Amino acid sequence: MLFLQNIRRDWFSSLRGDALAGLVVAMALIPEAIAFSLIAGVDPKVGLYAAFCISVVIAFAGGRPGMISAATGAMALLMITLVRDHGLEYLLAATVLTGLLQVVAGYLRLADLMRFVSRSVVTGFVNALAILIFLAQLPELINVPVLVYPMVAAGLIVIYGLPRLTRAVPSPLVAIVALTAVALITGIDVPTVGDKGELPDALPVFLIPNIPLNIETLVIILPVSLTLMTVGLLESFLTAQIVDDLTDTPSDKHREAKGQGLANIVSGFFGGMAGCAMIGQSVINVKSGGRGRMSALLAGVFLLLMVVFLGEWVGKIPMAALVAVMIMVAIGTFSWRSIADLRVHPRTSSMVMIGTVVVTVATHDLAKGVLTGVLLSALGFARKVGQVLVVGKRLSDDGTARTYIVTGQVFFASADRFLSQFDFREVIDMVRIDVSGAHFWDLSAVGALDRVILKFRREGVEVDVVGMDEASRTLVDRLGVADKPDAEQLLGH
Amino acid sequence: MDPSAYVIPDHGKVMACLDVSIYNAPVTDYAAWASRRLDAELTCLHVLDRKPVRPNRVDYSGSIGVDAGSHLLDELVELEARQNRLAMQHGRVMLEQACERARSRGAVRPQVLQRHGPLAQALTELEAGVRLFVLGKRGEAADFNTGHLGANLERVVRAVHRPTLVASREFRPVNAFAVAFDGSPTTRKCVEMVAMSPLLQGLDCNLIVADNGGGNDIEGLDWATQRLEAAGFAPKAHVRAGDAEQIITESVDRLSIDLLVMGAYGHSRIRHLIVGSTTTAVLRKCTVPVLLLR
Repeated sequence: MLFLQNIRRDWFSSLRGDALAGLVVAMALIPEAIAFSLIAGVDPKVGLYAAFCISVVIAFAGGRPGMISAATGAMALLMITLVRDHGLEYLLAATVLTGLLQVVAGYLRLADLMRFVSRSVVTGFVNALAILIFLAQLPELINVPVLVYPMVAAGLIVIYGLPRLTRAVPSPLVAIVALTAVALITGIDVPTVGDKGELPDALPVFLIPNIPLNIETLVIILPVSLTLMTVGLLESFLTAQIVDDLTDTPSDKHREAKGQGLANIVSGFFGGMAGCAMIGQSVINVKSGGRGRMSALLAGVFLLLMVVFLGEWVGKIPMAALVAVMIMVAIGTFSWRSIADLRVHPRTSSMVMIGTVVVTVATHDLAKGVLTGVLLSALGFARKVGQVLVVGKRLSDDGTARTYIVTGQVFFASADRFLSQFDFREVIDMVRIDVSGAHFWDLSAVGALDRVILKFRREGVEVDVVGMDEASRTLVDRLGVADKPDAEQLLGH
Repeated sequence: MDPSAYVIPDHGKVMACLDVSIYNAPVTDYAAWASRRLDAELTCLHVLDRKPVRPNRVDYSGSIGVDAGSHLLDELVELEARQNRLAMQHGRVMLEQACERARSRGAVRPQVLQRHGPLAQALTELEAGVRLFVLGKRGEAADFNTGHLGANLERVVRAVHRPTLVASREFRPVNAFAVAFDGSPTTRKCVEMVAMSPLLQGLDCNLIVADNGGGNDIEGLDWATQRLEAAGFAPKAHVRAGDAEQIITESVDRLSIDLLVMGAYGHSRIRHLIVGSTTTAVLRKCTVPVLLLR
């Protein structure tokens, strides 16, 4: 049975690796889930329940084994206003709605649209995400007891220094345990996780969000849910791509969309916030040997067990330790290579990347940033393709007739260039415009040709257009170039 | 699949699917035998199905440094590249040896071929130019003690649309063969194939029929006997009452059959999940090679 074989491959092919990776991921997830809850302005338990629900559901329903999903910074940033103005119950409802929208997106195969999101936009996305995660830590670093600073510094030294000595234990965990121990033993007064809100003391229970089911509620949550859906899917798809590349195995993006949806629906009903796939955690998972679905499942289970049974101790973790971990996440998420690449990459690509980052950081909304990036790359592409237009000119031997031979792409971005190639001041009797080697992609192109003809006529020149049929075939929408016998000719220049 | 849509190929190559298991030698031998009988060129194929690797250092540090993702990618790519270059070289040596062995056993123009990817997928891509696939019951990864078939075998047999000869652990000359016949369209197709193909011409021919009480089999049996007689065989029918799987395996032993022809996986996957497959059971129990036709 192939079905059973697939289950075996996805779940049991690397049990040992998955179990250990799941443990490592769970320990890395706890500080992140707490930190992201605080960004969103809710109790840490909301993020922790979300991390549990999402990673467990996605283990079964996701389309990318080996990828880790939980409460994320990208999503938390989009919830701040909703939580501040309307409270937690509305966030839970918005989370369920986000899930429903993502399931619909999965059935509508929205993942196919990812092909319009260029590489530069993706780089801009991760860079903006890293910057936002870092910026979100600033409140914990401003107007705090002065002892917080050496603690954060010590935390970072442990996180980055310990792996040079041993890679057998998670260094962020060691940093957290050590800083907590120091704070407890010395009794210094620094803010702790417990000060920030309620921690879970029990397993999550099923709850229907306590909100009025009416149009006003929908008007409040729908815009938030739409943005959450978009950002959640974007980050999930691009994380899936990263895991695809790391493991050199394919993923099912449409199944992933539905899985993310289901995970958010469950999360919302169990008191968790919306989440999505996590770039950093997925890299950690693969690095620790996680390849199958089991690591995501175990990460969720370990996380909940640790939090519920050690909840008292989790509350005593100093915020400084959490901040150190989140600074590591920000640094690890940022694509430092892209800074060096700025010098060598084409300027348009760099502009797209920087545009995405700037808009995202300014609006705190990754969806707007990505939209900007997509538009910028489309414009850049149109501009470049618009250059692919050559007009050759030939005068007849007696000097009374001129032939223009147009080759290349004529469309909105190149229509003006097309127009400027003709010499209307030349005194001749007859003009021949051969467009059989050109493609007229839209009405702007046809309009430009009409204007050329009219201008020549006004000068008293007779105009003859050759090959219009071939050139305007591209006007037809749904152009199936590949199955046409003359595809070669159509694409040949 | 509709059996009538199945075209019995009368041209193309014999393809021996080899790996470094102990089936390597018998697969080569049976493929050489088939190549000689069919006068078809032999290709010795090695499919490299890459296993995922882990970073060589155990890293549970849970920390991500600068550009962690791209560094990890570089490390994994380098690791797999090294492992696969080695596997490729091993495979090439193995194929050259198999090729030599096949040539000495009379195979027609043996060639070698290496492909990447899952076995079933590689074979589906190649099957257009193939007349007969030969593969071992178990692959290099399979565990003998459990009696389980190689994980790839069923996948392959279900995926390809060509007759597949599943080699046994040791080659022995083929003198007598048997067709497992139950009157179904698939087994009628088997009879057709035997009648039309030069593969088994001139060999001692038997028909094994498990009579489970239905009268249909006997009627089909007359047709099968006539069809085979017309093709120059002298078929002997052996009708016994009982369970198909048991009758087939017993008769193969009792009649000293050297090769069994049977239809493969005639039933739906649902039924297969519940009652298991006769094909799988027979493949597991028989110690002779089995020629499967879907």
